[in-house]
Amino acid sequence: MRVVHHPILGDLPKSRKAKIQVDGKEIPAVAGEPIAAAMAAAGIRVHRYTADRKEPRGIFCAIGQCTDCVMTVNAVPNARTCITPVVDGMVVETQHGSGQGKLR
Amino acid sequence: MRAIDLAVVGAGPAGLVAAIEGAKRGCSTVVVDRNPKPGGQLIKQIHKFFGSREHQAGTRGVDIAQRLFREAQALGVTLMLGWDVYDIRPGRLEVVRTSFVELTSDRPAASLHGATKTESISSAKIVLATGAEENAIHFDGWTLPGVMGAGAAQTMINVWRVLPGNRVLMVGSGNVGLIVTYQLLQAGADVAAIVEAASKIGGYGVHAAKVRRAGVPILTTHTVVEARGDSRVTGAVVAQLDASWNPVPGSEKTFDVDTICVATGLRPNTRLASLAGCQLTNSSVLGGWVPIHNNQLETTVPGIYVAGDVSGIEEASTALEEGRLAGISAASSLGKSSACDEEEIRTIDERLRSLRGGPFCQPIQDAKQELVRIGESACPKE
Repeated sequence: MRVVHHPILGDLPKSRKAKIQVDGKEIPAVAGEPIAAAMAAAGIRVHRYTADRKEPRGIFCAIGQCTDCVMTVNAVPNARTCITPVVDGMVVETQHGSGQGKLR
Repeated sequence: MRAIDLAVVGAGPAGLVAAIEGAKRGCSTVVVDRNPKPGGQLIKQIHKFFGSREHQAGTRGVDIAQRLFREAQALGVTLMLGWDVYDIRPGRLEVVRTSFVELTSDRPAASLHGATKTESISSAKIVLATGAEENAIHFDGWTLPGVMGAGAAQTMINVWRVLPGNRVLMVGSGNVGLIVTYQLLQAGADVAAIVEAASKIGGYGVHAAKVRRAGVPILTTHTVVEARGDSRVTGAVVAQLDASWNPVPGSEKTFDVDTICVATGLRPNTRLASLAGCQLTNSSVLGGWVPIHNNQLETTVPGIYVAGDVSGIEEASTALEEGRLAGISAASSLGKSSACDEEEIRTIDERLRSLRGGPFCQPIQDAKQELVRIGESACPKE
């Protein structure tokens, strides 16, 4: 959910709208915000599953340190979604294990 | 390859100020930070700071960040935002763009498949202002989506204006736990309770009173023992602790929450210092392993300085003073000093002493002095 009204920060400023695809489903986003923010706003919490025990993982540090929130973005695995800004039309996929796809 | 006088890692309060002081003295200066916005953790501090006017009391962290950013820009500091340092040697940084989205322009460029971009930076002096990271505690289910650092939740609500969950259990009643609880309420979330393993509330009374007035119970001698849920948090089990910190059987209570925030302290982020070969020492008062440094904030590796939380967990106010000192020291070791440096360093020392002067901070003052005492023999001489 987005924080539209805020007693200190005021109302949400106007932003450039964008759309991204998460596992084939289109969700609304704001251009330039981290992918993880758009996902949280859409209520999607699982970003990836671990390699061996297939356990779900989501946002943990939100500042690019822990790498728990990595996903496959535009076919590139291991993108830290908390510090990767949204660009309109991005294709985001839940990552399984170390991810598949081409390395950059 | 870029060749510069001063490279600063971390665009938080310590890093930005170090860069500003360096640039003021004529150093060509670059700041590298992996995050898309400058300001480090200041940008999520939407409360007014305490303390004296010199330390921006009454100003919100987010505004201090903006001011420092503008000042650095005006002085011609190059900010490399969205870049990670992946290797460091004395006089040299290797950096890589963190994402394939170009962040240097106003609009993130639409190049979706950009190649990995790396750069080498040759820099006479390096200031590491890498800050801190949140401590985690381990309980059943602690890796489930929905369990996150309190700072992570704070970033989501205050910087990105998104709620990471609707109903939260806060673990830890230090200032971070208390302040983030209040800010979660401001952002429209519910906080079911704050649990605190110790018998007393950790943070300031004024913050505790605020959350209590807002109706959030603070349960001391309680901790979280389990996060419930299959693919995301759907509840939290809390238990009372006995005198030896073990859960009392039968005391479990279940809270209907979708998020568990962990606010159990910070530790210095010393990865790059360690990679650079800086000698570290362990200090529980300072939050764990910290680089040894002398009173100029130079580490055991000549030309590499530290400032801010990386050299001991404190406040933004102390980080600002340390950043100033590191910037002045680094510049002056390059022969780029200003006439009033001595005076300024004296003022910084005085301010640091007064910031660390309260009874709450005396152990920190002692630990920092000990660090410098070791540093005076282990670090390079002027």
